[in-house]
Amino acid sequence: MTRVLRRFLADRAGRIGLAGLVLVLGMALGAGWLFPGDPLAVTGPAQTPPFQDPAHWLGTDRLGRDVLAQLFHGARVSLLVGAAAAVLAVGIGLLVGTTAGFLDGWADEALMRLTEAVQTVPSFVLALALILVLGPSLGHVVLAIGLGAWPGPARVVRAEVMALSRRDFVDAYRCMGMGWARIAFAKLLPNALSPVLVLATVITAAAILLVAAPSSLVVGDPNRVSWGSMIADGRAVLRSAWWLSAIPGVAIVVAVLSVSLLGEALTAALDPRRRRR
Amino acid sequence: MKSLLVRRLVQAVPVLLIVVCLAFLLLRLAPGDAVDALVVEMGGGDPGLIAQLRADYGLDQPWPVQLGLYLAHVARLDLGWSIGFSRPVLGLVLERAGNTALLMAAALALALSAGTLLGVAAAQSQLRGRGWLDTLLTGFGLLLYAMPGFWIGLMLIVAFAVKLRWLPLAGIATVPSFDTAWAYAADVARHLALPTVALSLMYVAVYLRLMRAGMLEVAGSDFVRTARAKGLPPGRITWRHVARNALLPMVTVFGVHFGMLLGGSVVIESVFAIPGLGRLAYEAVTKRDLNLLLGIVLASAVMVILANLAVDLLYARLDPRLRGAR
Repeated sequence: MTRVLRRFLADRAGRIGLAGLVLVLGMALGAGWLFPGDPLAVTGPAQTPPFQDPAHWLGTDRLGRDVLAQLFHGARVSLLVGAAAAVLAVGIGLLVGTTAGFLDGWADEALMRLTEAVQTVPSFVLALALILVLGPSLGHVVLAIGLGAWPGPARVVRAEVMALSRRDFVDAYRCMGMGWARIAFAKLLPNALSPVLVLATVITAAAILLVAAPSSLVVGDPNRVSWGSMIADGRAVLRSAWWLSAIPGVAIVVAVLSVSLLGEALTAALDPRRRRR
Repeated sequence: MKSLLVRRLVQAVPVLLIVVCLAFLLLRLAPGDAVDALVVEMGGGDPGLIAQLRADYGLDQPWPVQLGLYLAHVARLDLGWSIGFSRPVLGLVLERAGNTALLMAAALALALSAGTLLGVAAAQSQLRGRGWLDTLLTGFGLLLYAMPGFWIGLMLIVAFAVKLRWLPLAGIATVPSFDTAWAYAADVARHLALPTVALSLMYVAVYLRLMRAGMLEVAGSDFVRTARAKGLPPGRITWRHVARNALLPMVTVFGVHFGMLLGGSVVIESVFAIPGLGRLAYEAVTKRDLNLLLGIVLASAVMVILANLAVDLLYARLDPRLRGAR
């Protein structure tokens, strides 16, 4: 474990990713302390460009709300929803993948057809439909994205568990009289986790991107500021104040890039064959 | 070859059935149905008329019957009547699918060619020991991958349509248009340039990574050493021996990307106001048009399944090792 950690920290990509993630997480955690009060409160003249008014470093939006405060508070929603959606997707994926991989035959067949069916519907169309059916609250956005993203981890886990289930130790547990669910989830799953860990970073990155999209299409929660809703809001004044859309986009890029770099370094650190030159 | 085709088609049937059932059950969860939306649009109506409308559209039946009715119609390629547009769904979907297909094909062509070229360049730089170009390109790829498609779209609009005024802001063609043949094609191409770039950048990054990894893997194999020992020129080895083999994994992932590309075009179409399938899906959801959304979900599932089928067949053709096995 310490060796993995050391190899991870020796990687430049890992260090940059970690620094970026600390920065964005710091924004999310420090939002209430640095910018107490409602980030959606009107605090100044409308559409002040960035770096001109010392009271509003990044300027104000079309209603005169502080952009920097919104950016900090938006980090909370965007990161939380992204991470929660990834946890949900990986959770469902682990459940379906382990079951399908361990139980061959019709259960595997049925679960894999279900996985394929979810994969054939474009996940964004699915998310859009779910959000509009259930209503645009944060929980529903998490649900909509998580329900579209689980086939990836499910397939990876299934392949790993299938390979592991032919090992001798599985037969030993069977002889002990252990039930299949306990063998599959308590004994096999921990051995199949490392590729899932890497996939989880990919899904988190994708979820942060995906969360921004529906809120930019006016189906997000209007009372919570997120980076996606800021871009959508700025879109209305794209001609006169393009920076209102540009700034939250940069924040998204920083967050997603950090998570991707982290995943990259994690892959390299976990895989002993792939040492960087 | 033929048996592969038949097996794949048989496997696709339950998948399609599950898709229809899932979409149907999902939309049954929605509060209110199409008649509610219709009545709101009419500005209210008496209960007798509302009940009559429900009966006309079969919405007064229990849901398993509605699902059965829908399945029976789908089997006859009848996707029903769109209440929101007062037109048959099939016609609407087919009419809009052309624009989406055009956008997707353009984006895919751009992503494949740019991704392949950049991937080969990155791998070559890594192999020759001049790592800086590789680091630069890999970093560039990660950056592209981290940018949301619709945000790229907005920024492209700001740069090229608002500030520089080089390209049109939105739409698929100038309205009203009196252009014919080549002039019309050029007009459409000008309108599609920005959306194509916005949709494809993420896949440029994906193909760059795949191509680079594939090139590095193939470059270490024995037949490449043999080719080098034979005295073949390096350019020929790179393109004919290494790159051709490195292209194979890209074909496999394309099936998965097709669905993602379709989802991405929903966002891009609404940013650039292109009348395609994605925008239609968005309109269907806002109008609570159950039949239309189901039709689109079904149409995109069929498109994804067909694309995967084509990929499988292409793969079997491209890889000579699979030819004897089947």
